[in-house]
Amino acid sequence: MSPARPDNDGRPKVGVYVCHCGVNIAAKVDIADTVAFASQLPYVTAAKEYKFMCSDPGQDIIQKDLRDGLIDRAVVASCSPLMHEPTFRRAMTEGGGNPFLFQMANIREHVSWVTKDKEAGTDKARALIAAAVERVVLHQPLQKTSVPIHPDVLVVGGGIAGIHAALTIADAGKKVYLVEREPTIGGHMAKFDKTFPTLDCSACILTPKMSAVRSHPNITLWSYSEVIGLDGYVGNFKVQVTRKARYVDEEKCVGCLECIEACVYKKGKADDEFNLGLVKRKPVYVPFPQATPLVAVIDPKTCIEFKTHKCPKDCVEACEPKAIDFAQTDRTEEIDVGAVVLATGFKTFDARRISRYGYGKYPGVYTSLEVERLVNAAGPTGGEIVMKNGEKPKAVGIVHCVGSRDEKTNRYCSRVCCMYSLKLAHLVKERTNAEVYNFYIDMRTPGKGYEEFYDKLLHENVHFIRGRVAEVSDWTMTPEEEGKLIIRAEDTLIGVVRRIPVDMIILSVGLEAQPDADNVRRLFNISCSREGWFLERHPKLAPVSTFTDGIFIAGACQGPKDIPDSVAQAGAAAAEALALIDRGRVEMEPNTAYVTEELCSDCHTCSNICPYSAIVFNEETEKASVNGALCKGCGTCVATCPSGALQQNLFTDEQIFQEIKGVVSYV
Amino acid sequence: MSYIYYPGCSLKGTGRAYEESLLAVLKALEVDIRELDDWNCCGATSYMSVSELKAFALCARNFALAEQQAKETGMTDLIVPCAACYLGLNKAKRYLDQYPDTRRKIDEALATANLAYRNHIRIRHPLDVLVNDIGTERITAAVKCSLEGLKVACYYGCQIIRPYAEFDDQENPTTMNQIVWALGAKTVDWPLKTRCCGGSLTGTVQDVGQRLSYILLREATLRGADVIITACPLCQFNLECYQSDMSRRFKTSIDIPVLYFTQLIGIALGVSSRQLAMQRLFVPFDAKAKLDQVAGGQHVTS
Repeated sequence: MSPARPDNDGRPKVGVYVCHCGVNIAAKVDIADTVAFASQLPYVTAAKEYKFMCSDPGQDIIQKDLRDGLIDRAVVASCSPLMHEPTFRRAMTEGGGNPFLFQMANIREHVSWVTKDKEAGTDKARALIAAAVERVVLHQPLQKTSVPIHPDVLVVGGGIAGIHAALTIADAGKKVYLVEREPTIGGHMAKFDKTFPTLDCSACILTPKMSAVRSHPNITLWSYSEVIGLDGYVGNFKVQVTRKARYVDEEKCVGCLECIEACVYKKGKADDEFNLGLVKRKPVYVPFPQATPLVAVIDPKTCIEFKTHKCPKDCVEACEPKAIDFAQTDRTEEIDVGAVVLATGFKTFDARRISRYGYGKYPGVYTSLEVERLVNAAGPTGGEIVMKNGEKPKAVGIVHCVGSRDEKTNRYCSRVCCMYSLKLAHLVKERTNAEVYNFYIDMRTPGKGYEEFYDKLLHENVHFIRGRVAEVSDWTMTPEEEGKLIIRAEDTLIGVVRRIPVDMIILSVGLEAQPDADNVRRLFNISCSREGWFLERHPKLAPVSTFTDGIFIAGACQGPKDIPDSVAQAGAAAAEALALIDRGRVEMEPNTAYVTEELCSDCHTCSNICPYSAIVFNEETEKASVNGALCKGCGTCVATCPSGALQQNLFTDEQIFQEIKGVVSYV
Repeated sequence: MSYIYYPGCSLKGTGRAYEESLLAVLKALEVDIRELDDWNCCGATSYMSVSELKAFALCARNFALAEQQAKETGMTDLIVPCAACYLGLNKAKRYLDQYPDTRRKIDEALATANLAYRNHIRIRHPLDVLVNDIGTERITAAVKCSLEGLKVACYYGCQIIRPYAEFDDQENPTTMNQIVWALGAKTVDWPLKTRCCGGSLTGTVQDVGQRLSYILLREATLRGADVIITACPLCQFNLECYQSDMSRRFKTSIDIPVLYFTQLIGIALGVSSRQLAMQRLFVPFDAKAKLDQVAGGQHVTS
């Protein structure tokens, strides 16, 4: 401990507090040594250590020193500022100090977590502490400003997560824009027949929520639309949304479907996307009878009118409300919102990527999503499990982990496949009484009622073979195998290779990030994991926040998730968005730019480059000035200004040079 | 186009037909190749499993010799037709390129013989060279006797594309098929392209080994193949030499010619059957008779 030097001859009085972070830091940094080192640095009037500086007793140490007049500014050597800078700034305020007379030295992420060498770790910790002390001496007391928050919320994606988030926010009395790029909301859940483990009907629980979205006075539903631009910042986002031409006026269409009946094509022409191409649809269509909004859409790629302009256009004739409008074009709308919830969902793994499973080669091989449509009472076969050859299968193999837990495709577990495979096994058994074989690596059934469901299946005479499937093929060894598809797998429980002849194979495809997740990530200025899942601010403590304030994430766009988890997360994201909006105002960081007028030469370089139009020129004085409410502290103007007239609070040249000096002169 | 040719022991022994037909075909396609001077054993699978380091040293000596020869001739690509040699040399090259510890030891060993390996050599399989360097159009252009009507089962075996998928898909290789199509023939769709032929088990545990070969032969026959072609001396030997044994063992009649893919190319290019070593086959393949038969007796040679 350093001897108290309370007055410090009128100079700044710096307190240095070194955190052990349990053993996280203490195991690789000699704490006592760094404290002793800090205590003899210039301006340091207190140097202390504590097990967990972020805890209440830890913060109390700083606050007591502030109140005792021992220090007027502080350096905490602990973790990343991203983690605890807000904590310690608050502690400074509560102790009667200014929150910006504070600097963190990151000796955990930058030191102890990335070294095995305690001596080197201690050296680097000393350097970082010295730098922080040199810097904090130059800090100025700053004040935060605040701006009002726009109370509307944008929800992107109309699957179950987006629907639930939108309804929650709307029910709280806030206005919501729900933007969905498909012609209908409902997402993947709308395609399912039953949901695990309760086997309740997916449509029965989803469609009431879909129609609630449609009729809610606080929700503006824009289907067949995409967000193409986002500007602004937390509380004040400007969003551009393209509303794609559907060639049917949404206001006029009553959903009678007469146009579809009247279409010159008497049979389907294009692959029906909603039914995964198992059947064909007409150029004018609704994805499914419960689509929301129930408004037809015309696909210009397959509609003959767009190609030849010679179609008799019976659809126009048939439409009583005169809703069909071939002259419609895409249009862009601009809206203001205070917060955004991203719920853009997932895509299923492309089973063609694993050629040895024969998807696309053998007609008897289906993906799980296709089978969801086959077992669905509203699906192409009316819920009958009939294969492409018109027959009911007598034996069915379900291959787990297709595109999951595999070094060559995706290493992660997709979390939902074990359970939906069990569900499909149950439904197939129930509808066809076929022999059903599950090929699994491990059964993963954590969840309320999930293990019980697995147990139920074990009693339904469904076969479980523990082993990853090696291949699906049609070459035979015995007469019983003729005409069948053969699944070859090692049964690891009995230690033999088995050949199981079946009629139908269901590939339990894993979940992947949307193919355009990276574009969405850029658009909303958030991060992605390596696999393309949107990155949460903290995996445990901020699971629906992102590193961009005001942008929240929900559902499977953040990682593979089942319906209960997606809904729970959507509720959490909605609550976070509401908490933000209800604050009414958002505090702005004071790290804004400012102009030293004597140095400004009126060159306008800064105002041209500022992305927020925050710099204006006074025509009389011919000097630049920064609008603090608009400045986001990006620093672009500071770097650009040729005469050094622009500086930025908390990042002045002097502060940064002094920090560098701290690093280099004390090692 | 010119290459250094590494034959390995099989192509001078049981696989002579492979060497003779390969050289004849490359000559017909005007590809210049020169045998590697003073080449030695590739280490094969057996030495690999006893002592990897020594096996790598054997391979490295071949690389070093090839580089010396490359300096004189400007050829840097080493054609390796035998599947086992191709795998062994590829494996050694990867280890030498990726593991500095192994590399250091091998460099020392080479230095004692005044040799050095400097990463200048590329290892190429004839299938790779035919499809990617020569190209199927040039092959088609050189066809003198179209194989139209012939149905071929292409058998790749395990070693050429596994574990290193250098030039073809590991699960569904197609280079041999592309060549067959270029010759005017059809390939049968069979999913056993890379399934085990029995390997050395046909010599040690015949029950198991012959069963594995039998599965391939039976399925190729069932799917209507007139001939099986392969790119590996051991596969060719296993599939061809035990057919009468298998017929007895599995109470059936197996009788299907098994050629090196180079022999089939040679037939289409009009190379004489002597040059293609057709007389070395145990299950004879009378190309002219077969082609007449599949073409309904009207097969013409242009």
